[in-house]
Amino acid sequence: MAEIIIENLQKDYGDFTAVQSSSFKVNDGEFFMLLGPSGCGKTTTMRMIAGLEMPTSGQIYIDGVDVSGKPAAERDIAFVFQMFALYPHLNVRNNIIYPLKSEGMPRAKIKEKLAEVSKILGIEDILNRPVGGLSGGDRQRVALGRAIVRDPKAFLMDEPLGALDVEFRERMAQELRALHDRMNATTVYVTHDQLEAMQMGDKIVVMNHGVIEQFGAPQIIYDKPATMFVADFIGSPSMNFLRFAGKVTPNDTSVLLGDHTVQVPRQLEAYEGDLVLGIRPEHILLSENSAYRAEVLATEYLGTNQIITLNTANGQIKARISSEQSVNAGETVGLEFSSSRITLFEEQSEKAILSELNEGVLENG
Amino acid sequence: MAEVSLENLSKSFGDTIGVDNVTMTIPDGAFFVLLGPTGAGKTTTLRLIAGLEKPDQGDVRINGESVLDVSPAHRDVTMVFQQYSLYPHLSVRDNLTFPLRSPLLKTPQAEIDRKIKEIAEVLHIEHKLDNKATELSGGEMQRVAIGRALVRDPNIYLMDEPLSSLDAKLRSELRVELKRIHKNLGATLLYVTHDQIEAMSMATHIGVLQEGKLVQLGSPREIYANPNSQYVAERLGSPRINILPADLFGSAPKGAKTIGLRPEHIMLGSGIEGHVNRVEHLGDHTRLQISLAGYDLVAVMDPHNPVNQGDTLHISPKNQFYFDAKGIRIS
Repeated sequence: MAEIIIENLQKDYGDFTAVQSSSFKVNDGEFFMLLGPSGCGKTTTMRMIAGLEMPTSGQIYIDGVDVSGKPAAERDIAFVFQMFALYPHLNVRNNIIYPLKSEGMPRAKIKEKLAEVSKILGIEDILNRPVGGLSGGDRQRVALGRAIVRDPKAFLMDEPLGALDVEFRERMAQELRALHDRMNATTVYVTHDQLEAMQMGDKIVVMNHGVIEQFGAPQIIYDKPATMFVADFIGSPSMNFLRFAGKVTPNDTSVLLGDHTVQVPRQLEAYEGDLVLGIRPEHILLSENSAYRAEVLATEYLGTNQIITLNTANGQIKARISSEQSVNAGETVGLEFSSSRITLFEEQSEKAILSELNEGVLENG
Repeated sequence: MAEVSLENLSKSFGDTIGVDNVTMTIPDGAFFVLLGPTGAGKTTTLRLIAGLEKPDQGDVRINGESVLDVSPAHRDVTMVFQQYSLYPHLSVRDNLTFPLRSPLLKTPQAEIDRKIKEIAEVLHIEHKLDNKATELSGGEMQRVAIGRALVRDPNIYLMDEPLSSLDAKLRSELRVELKRIHKNLGATLLYVTHDQIEAMSMATHIGVLQEGKLVQLGSPREIYANPNSQYVAERLGSPRINILPADLFGSAPKGAKTIGLRPEHIMLGSGIEGHVNRVEHLGDHTRLQISLAGYDLVAVMDPHNPVNQGDTLHISPKNQFYFDAKGIRIS
């Protein structure tokens, strides 16, 4: 059981800053996601927590103890790289108990641990099998078993499901999360897949270019993005950005998008210049009465709902609407926005402007 | 103009059945998707149409005429493979131009230039035309491969999972592009995939294959809303349809073995008691993992519903399907 606190963590490689002054807290028992595109610094951050890289500056606390200068072996953390890294010449049993044998644990104790772990993972009946012939799922369970058996304070996992095909990945993601719910061990998990992060995580840190853009619960990050990067990276299709020049003053409840007035959450900041109106595809509705017109470029049927691509005076956008609504490419339609769901951004800094919607959330940026 | 029809088409490889007595018509101008898991016979069907395989029996007809004796090069068909097959020593431009230089076509240079420009624009590779093929990313290479098929302007396009090697964002972009390109060309397109999102979002027609047999053919809406078997119902929809004992929610039609219930058709409020094991907030919707009378099911809800992990809910089905012991739909 462990709480992990990261304070002003920085990692430079010569002139290149991989991780820039990052701070966040992983609560005891949390399933915590480090999310971002490749090169954003998420793996470097995790390797510093593990002790595989030493930070240039900043602190890492595990259960209140500063471990920043400690070697990996003294941190009591299990690092699960690719889940399939097993010893091919050993059977399942020996793969799992290898870490215990090498630390000289008494045989009776090893036996007890093995029984416990193989029960948690449901692999009691394959203990004598060579790992070579196992299915992908079983190999992954064995790799996990080898990490669990040591009873570490925390698990660190680096894209463990990255190599799997979609269907299997979804099942394994579910299994991993269920396992976490049974054991309640603090887990830090690196991924570039936003859906995986949303699906499995209690909290998500979104990173870009070595900087933490935002952290919080999945739905909050989705609903109240702190930056345009977060808004774009989370969600599929991404949040729509309608660009316009204009002005916001505190207490405004509408903005002028060209000659069209759009209701927005009550604004709490002043800004004048290039603005971006951010709205998620499912918060755009078709409305014959609306004067804001758009041309339908494409429709994509997805079962209960459909994605429509629209050409507006403020650029191309996508809407997610019910499949029961009949709409065809080439038509002109009116659009309405769910006002309470709109986030305004400053185009230049790409930061969200403070409003009633995101008040209290943005300081996590 | 091209209509492709298959008549009692079969092809085996030793003991393995590739395609099993398939009869279907791909109408002129259709975006026809063959959907099925690995080994269902999708690629073999495509290769039979292209002329890369000879059928054991049956016929392939293009515009009513049998093409079994016509060589692949003369079938007016072009194929895009899963793995981009580009000439590594040539530039992007030369890779795209290559098919037009075929002695069969004799395309004038001005026409070649115009076409390359148009295709490069459509596929967003204008700025890479003079790069060598090997200097491209995977996504760019696949776009060039698609481009090479498009420049030839054939009447029939055959595509074998052309988007599967691309990342999610590019894939969704190219889905819309391909659909638009198809519409502009007016050509007949046969597209093989195991990705249900590609099938639903692009197709005018979907043919579902199971172990070499064509088991259902219809528009995406028909297949989704009205599957004729459990197998077909499980091919479309994510998360996958819940399959449960037929009488779990009360009386079931005679002969019904299972009930198929899509995650978005689970109604809360009244009915059988279920326990919420996990709530996943995915942004635009929320997934509930529910256990109910010893069975697991997945439900899809609006994002801001008040359900929490550990809650007890009452559940009833809507728009459910019933299947018999063989998995065939009971109406």
